[in-house]
Amino acid sequence: MNLAQLSIGASATVRAYPQAGAAFTRLREMGLLPGTRITLVRAAPLGDPLEIQVRGYRLSLRKSEAALVEVAPAAEATE
Amino acid sequence: MSPATSPSPVPASSAATRSPVYALVGNPNAGKSTLFNALTGLKQKVGNYPGVTVERKVGTAYSQHGQALTLIDLPGAYSLAARSPDEAVTRDVLLGRRADTPTPDRIVCIADATNLERNLYLVHQILDLGRPVILVLNMMDLAAQAGLRIRADRLEHELGIPVIPCEAAHGKGIIELKLALSRHELPLPRHAWTVPPALAPAVSELQASLTDHDAKGPLVARAEALLLLTDPDPLRVSGSTPLSAPTQRLLESWKTRWQGEGTDWSGELVAARYEAIGKLVAQVVVPAEATAGAAGAGAGSALALSDRIDAVATHPVWGWVIFLGIMATMFLAIFTLAEIPMGWIEGLVGWTAERVAALIPPGAFHDLVIDGAIAGVEGVIIFLPQILILFFFIGLLESTGYMARAAFIMDRVMSKVGLNGKSFIPLLSSYACAIPGVMATRTIEEPKDRLVTILVAPFMSCSARLPVYLLLIAALVSANEVPLGTQVGLLLLLYSLGTGAAFFFAWLFKKTLLRGAPPLMILELPPYRLPRLRDVFFQMAERGWVFVKRAGTVILALSLLLWFLANHPKPPEDAARPEDPLAHSYAGRVGRVVEPVIAPLGFDWRIGIGLLQSFAAREVFNSSMSVIFSVEESADEETGRARLREALRAAERPDGTRLFTPLVCLNLMVFYVFAMQCVATLAVVRRETGGWKWPLFQLGYMTGTAWLLCFVIYQVGRALGF
Repeated sequence: MNLAQLSIGASATVRAYPQAGAAFTRLREMGLLPGTRITLVRAAPLGDPLEIQVRGYRLSLRKSEAALVEVAPAAEATE
Repeated sequence: MSPATSPSPVPASSAATRSPVYALVGNPNAGKSTLFNALTGLKQKVGNYPGVTVERKVGTAYSQHGQALTLIDLPGAYSLAARSPDEAVTRDVLLGRRADTPTPDRIVCIADATNLERNLYLVHQILDLGRPVILVLNMMDLAAQAGLRIRADRLEHELGIPVIPCEAAHGKGIIELKLALSRHELPLPRHAWTVPPALAPAVSELQASLTDHDAKGPLVARAEALLLLTDPDPLRVSGSTPLSAPTQRLLESWKTRWQGEGTDWSGELVAARYEAIGKLVAQVVVPAEATAGAAGAGAGSALALSDRIDAVATHPVWGWVIFLGIMATMFLAIFTLAEIPMGWIEGLVGWTAERVAALIPPGAFHDLVIDGAIAGVEGVIIFLPQILILFFFIGLLESTGYMARAAFIMDRVMSKVGLNGKSFIPLLSSYACAIPGVMATRTIEEPKDRLVTILVAPFMSCSARLPVYLLLIAALVSANEVPLGTQVGLLLLLYSLGTGAAFFFAWLFKKTLLRGAPPLMILELPPYRLPRLRDVFFQMAERGWVFVKRAGTVILALSLLLWFLANHPKPPEDAARPEDPLAHSYAGRVGRVVEPVIAPLGFDWRIGIGLLQSFAAREVFNSSMSVIFSVEESADEETGRARLREALRAAERPDGTRLFTPLVCLNLMVFYVFAMQCVATLAVVRRETGGWKWPLFQLGYMTGTAWLLCFVIYQVGRALGF
């Protein structure tokens, strides 16, 4: 499952994303790493980009990048 | 840990004669400008880093003992592995790579206490430098509201550097910070973290190579080695100081080896830093509610409030209503509020001109001062009220956090032409004036996206075109009063024509000339905050001053030149016909020279003079027409425009037919929409792109498009019998 497929409000843990690509170096440096817990907060009015919560702050990224971020949805019980 | 970071005290200044240099660094949105303003007050100098278009802010602060301290406000950065020109400057100054800026003796890092983990990432990189660092934890009040208790003393103990809790917006902690700045000796950071074992040998080898072959100090070499292993693109890291061949070879051989082993070196390094930060944060931050909700936001936190605002502000319906409302308010303010000070300026300039006229005896010098210099100065400052209101709104939107939402909302639209949401505000600003628009492109990281935005920004109809449109619409309509519907309809058409052109050419350039990777939209959405009006006004004044310096000098010089061209050489005394002086002048001659080029568009040499003089500012077309068709001046704007309209209607070609037919009026408007006629904008584009290549290209393609379109419209119109 990838980040773009999460439903709004759902939390997940990042599993992996591509090693290469300028986008992912910066996303990593912004704190989005394998094992990081994230929440998909909302999508922009036109559906793209997305807003996620990561390490206590809000970050926007496009669906095209989000689709390459593999996530494991958080278990319902933790909610 | 690096061998050279034994905590030995370092004096504040190496040379007793020089005041110590402090650099202020931090993430965007951490409150850096507020802190800088609080420390330096009005003692600031704003300029540019030579060679790049990044704002350079240096101020003077005073220690508790009254000693002057130099404070450099470095551009906001998320990482020393720089991605934008702004971040590159921050990296280069800290690494001592810039010849124009002294290497800071001490570094003041500011971190947002509500968002400590990500803010500490940059701090962590800076601690690698082994230089004296003071850490400021800003927005402690907001952190407390969010239910976070931060033990600054513990952090101080762990890092071995002064850590100052602070609320810069309320002036709290400033005295404590000044005390720390005043300390004669500062301890060096105790900065221990474990470089991943797979990478550690590479870091040492690269450090050695950078010391031996690239003449770097040992600590800078280590920091650079770590950056080279963070960003996969070594060219971006080395910037203006290319790596030596041995270092390059060493780096390549390690990368090849890791590739074979399947080691994600960059990922491991960043993860190791975040792991070290995570351990630190676990010791330092005590959440009041041990089990926070999924979103991690306490009930009373700024994030929770922000979320409630965003539920509306980025709502699929209300989001647009608010967005359009804010944009409409901004433009209403620019076009209506500015009228008042613009009236004062006109009055003041008129009054000054009268006084000066009385002082200087009539003659060439009199005309030069009154019609050349004073009129030129007026041409500059008349736009200032609009520009300042625009800057005020931009500053307000930035400091509240709405700017990021505007980019978030508009990103999808901008992505259709290959740009991202950050291009939206520069384009929008260009409706007031392309110069602040071009200056606002500095926030766009990707150089190609930035260039495309600069290239198309002048298509947005600026406020200097509006008087021209209004005059031509009045001349176009046969009735004495232009029906409001016609006027609004035509204006809307012209504005959308320009906007459409901007989007079309952006799309075209992104497809052809400036192809690049699809742009990213990695953007922090900071919590909404109440604007700090003091900072907004500060910024408005600063940017306004930059406008006056950049555009003002060009407009003034050009006004003087055009005045000279329109008044020299003087016609012989016996000339009787009223339009003769101008026809006889250089301007008139140039008009006749360009006539064959513009004749296929329906324009004659007199319109040619107007087009030429528009290069000072497009609205000069109106006064140019007044002079050419000898319209009596009037203090009242309405009367003046009515008289000018009558004169345009009466104007004839040599064969006795009307010059300003509806078709010609329409064509002139289209020409003004598309043509690049503003030398001040070209001068600013040259500065921002670092050469004449792009401004000349812009002049060529925009004016070429204008000519081609007008040619088609006029020829087709004529064939159809208009």
